[in-house]
Amino acid sequence: MLELKNISFTAKNDDGEKEILKDISLKFDNEFIAITGPNGGGKSTIAKIIAGIIKPSSGKILLDGEDITDLSVTERAKKGISFAFQQPVRFKGITVKDLIGLASGKEITVGEACDYLSKVGLCARDYVNREVNASLSGGELKRIEIATVLARSTKVSLFDEPEAGIDLWSFSNLINVFEKMHETLGGSIIIISHQERILNIADKVAVIANGSLKDYGKKNEILPELLSTNTTCSVLTDNLEEKK
Amino acid sequence: MINETEKELLKIIADMEGIPNGAYNIRSNGKLEDRRSTPSVEIKNKTDKPGIDIIIKSGTKGETVHIPVIIDESGLNDLVYNDFIIGDNADVTIMAGCGIHNCGDSESGHDGIHTFFVGKNAKVKYIERHYGSGDGSGKKNMNPTTVVNIAEGGYMEMETTQIKGIDSTHRVTKAAVADNATLVIKEKIMTNLNQRATTDFSVDLNGEKSGANVISRSVAKDNSFQSFKSNINGNNLCSGHTECDAIIMDNAKVEAIPEICANHIDASLIHEAAIGKIAGEQLIKLMTLGLTEQEAEQEIINGFLK
Repeated sequence: MLELKNISFTAKNDDGEKEILKDISLKFDNEFIAITGPNGGGKSTIAKIIAGIIKPSSGKILLDGEDITDLSVTERAKKGISFAFQQPVRFKGITVKDLIGLASGKEITVGEACDYLSKVGLCARDYVNREVNASLSGGELKRIEIATVLARSTKVSLFDEPEAGIDLWSFSNLINVFEKMHETLGGSIIIISHQERILNIADKVAVIANGSLKDYGKKNEILPELLSTNTTCSVLTDNLEEKK
Repeated sequence: MINETEKELLKIIADMEGIPNGAYNIRSNGKLEDRRSTPSVEIKNKTDKPGIDIIIKSGTKGETVHIPVIIDESGLNDLVYNDFIIGDNADVTIMAGCGIHNCGDSESGHDGIHTFFVGKNAKVKYIERHYGSGDGSGKKNMNPTTVVNIAEGGYMEMETTQIKGIDSTHRVTKAAVADNATLVIKEKIMTNLNQRATTDFSVDLNGEKSGANVISRSVAKDNSFQSFKSNINGNNLCSGHTECDAIIMDNAKVEAIPEICANHIDASLIHEAAIGKIAGEQLIKLMTLGLTEQEAEQEIINGFLK
């Protein structure tokens, strides 16, 4: 179980300080949780705080009861936290197979690498020896990023807007990937998303806006309200505007 | 007789474990150690200066020629002139390389002047590795000069790697490329401590539909210095591309001076150069996969120089 206790984060910039997260407490108990809310509301910051990339200004993070607030990114990864970036990183010279091998923490065969790639809808043979560099499109990188998290299969899997940049056809497959992951992995899957279809397959939904937790509960309780209120409409329309 | 250190050097620079198949010439501490010619590849001493002629018959296919140079005597400075005459329509691989093991306090070095005559429609892959080892204070220097002439329809790929341990290198490559011929150069260099590496490429694309692709990837650590200069002259309908990509670390310095010169209306030339440290997000990504910062750095460098 992953637990955030009273997490706050204040960012310092040239203009002074800005409060990004305010007293967020959340429990993820081996469930499929979607975090949604308006752009700029602090969702990605929560993901980075869980992964250890950002240190919270106050509050604690507990993993199976252990305080991991002061652990590094590497230590948290070793304890079972995986994170798929919103904007995947490119590497000159590192192949898709290398990256999936690093993710799984062992030497993997071409066949094993292909399995993970097929799961995210990439024709494995075409990709396994390609470099994770600028020759790959945004959508391809995004799927490889998801494959690295699949390859790790840890108790906490965190995805920051996995749907961004993925075409509609692949999107259905992506939904299947997350559903299967949930069935087989048995850990917590946390997905930051604006997509109603992803929210629909979650067990629980958390709504973050203006740095605060506005709502958190079972999907059936949260979604109807979320989809009928103006704030949500603006969330979804904002998102559509962005995509144009 | 080859000793254990020399065996190790041969393995690193030429993938040689024991006597290779095909033609070879092993030069050790400035002298011929062993040689074999084959019906298609003749290796013989030069008569006017130190060095050898490697003559590959027209139409030779699939042969690999090994010509490693090893030095484990401190204070030895070796200079050779090697000429490679590759017959028309041949398709061969040449593995050169130099390994220096210097345990002494005097400077050791190897200066190889290699001249290639690549015949019509011939295809050559030339692999050259440079490597230094030994804990003496004596410097290990290598200054290779490569002159390449590619005839009509010929193709040469040059893969040069300075693996580690070379204190000072000044590498000069000059090439003239004829009609429908292509030259590809892939250079990899890693320097650390106070090492210096300078490379200087100059390619004349003289022929119609000639082409050149010069790619350098390098990593400079500690207080080392690297300079990359490449000059492609487009003298006909041709295409040329030069690219220098460097990772800089610690207090190292790297300069890149790409130069392209179009002397013909149908010459199409591109140069690219990028120098920078390892991106923070690359390190973080690999750390989220469970690697430490040092391991992540090493993976990024290994991949970059692969």
